[in-house]
Amino acid sequence: MKALWSGIFKRDLALAFRQRSELAQPLMFLLMVVTLFPLGVGPGPATLQKIGPGVIWIAAILSSLLAMDRMFRDDFWDGSMEQYLLSGQSVWAISAVKVLVHWLVSFVPLLILSPLLALFLNLTVQMYTALMLTLLLGTPLLSLVGAIAVGLTVGLQRGGVLLALLLIPVFIPLLIFATSAVDAAALQLPYRAHLAIIGAMLLAAMAAAPMAIAYALKVSQN
Amino acid sequence: MWKWLHPYAKPERAYQLCSTLQPYFFWPAVLCILVGSVWGLAFAPQDYQQGDSFRIIYIHVPSAILSMSTYVAMAVAALVGIVWQWRTAFMAMIAMAPVGAVVTFIALFTGAAWGKPMWGTWWVWDARLTSELILLFLYLGVMSLYGAFEDKQQAGKAAGVMALVGVVNVPIIHYSVEWWNTLHQGATISKFDKPSIAPEMLWPLLIALLGFALFIAAVTVMRMKNEIIRREYHRPWVKEMVQSAKETNHAV
Repeated sequence: MKALWSGIFKRDLALAFRQRSELAQPLMFLLMVVTLFPLGVGPGPATLQKIGPGVIWIAAILSSLLAMDRMFRDDFWDGSMEQYLLSGQSVWAISAVKVLVHWLVSFVPLLILSPLLALFLNLTVQMYTALMLTLLLGTPLLSLVGAIAVGLTVGLQRGGVLLALLLIPVFIPLLIFATSAVDAAALQLPYRAHLAIIGAMLLAAMAAAPMAIAYALKVSQN
Repeated sequence: MWKWLHPYAKPERAYQLCSTLQPYFFWPAVLCILVGSVWGLAFAPQDYQQGDSFRIIYIHVPSAILSMSTYVAMAVAALVGIVWQWRTAFMAMIAMAPVGAVVTFIALFTGAAWGKPMWGTWWVWDARLTSELILLFLYLGVMSLYGAFEDKQQAGKAAGVMALVGVVNVPIIHYSVEWWNTLHQGATISKFDKPSIAPEMLWPLLIALLGFALFIAAVTVMRMKNEIIRREYHRPWVKEMVQSAKETNHAV
């Protein structure tokens, strides 16, 4: 069992790093979206500080939607997914490993990039700390919940926009809690409650999402 | 109970059940909506603050309540379909989705029309308004996912998963939006709480609510019949039914 997990883990990681440009594109998109805001709403430091947390989170969600569908797409179209499903191994464990790899390759770079974004949008150190914590707790949730919808749409020829339509409403609570945590931090208020709720949502998703992903993949494979 | 319930998993029996139920839903619905709206719009007393404009409550409140109940009903149908592998449950689910979306839209629209004279604005990012809008998005998501698949069997399952994800999210969305709102705005205009409503205003409201619920059920049953026929049109029982319908038509 462990051999299977580590095998899939290494394989997916290796595949991801061989398509470096595909990894970099969503990050470049994120950077450019964030750049648009100072140009669009004006570069006043106070304005930027006010909208900053929301802008970073929205840009993170949008760029994650772009990167999301590569989670299962290649495996689905080259037939590996069918082999996983036929292998008799627990599909939820396999999909959980795949989600973990997806988080590592698409969100960890985002976390590394986040100081630069905070600098662009004039966030204070307290705000940045809160932002980092919400991203740390929230992005795995994006991966987990997103994977359900990816599993459902992977068999469709043009699933890209549909994926966004399905996921954006579902991500709204996360956006609300995350940005209000950063806002609380900006006012020097405690924001542990927001983090606790995001953490609770993450734990619930960790418990329930792998099964839903496995079911979704079975539906797509028919 | 299972013995009694199980035959309805078969499309043919489900179709018959729908046909039997349809008049019982439809005519009382028409009656209740007529009574409720005439009573509410013409005879119920004026509100002492809002005058006559409060009367939109007789459309707004039933549709707002039922937009959520329809979503829950849809999710229950999806769960039944996924757990017990009932094809008819998915048909019921997808029959409900557009109905629910329209009801949600009516709730939003009448809310906006009510908000304009009372609050002085068509839209505020109030907790209830926002969660209702997101509910509409969830309905649209389920419908577009269903529409994206060629194979409707597969489409039902996929849309079912999405409906369930949505139903888990609806309470979260509701509370998150409420907390977010109180955190930012405090209570400014959103005094949605009913001033304990007078009985002569409440009765037409309850009748209208019942009428709306029955009407939604009636439309759902009709749409479900269509859905069953659309999926099963090559089956012998559908052909037989069409044949006998044709014969009776000729006889007339």
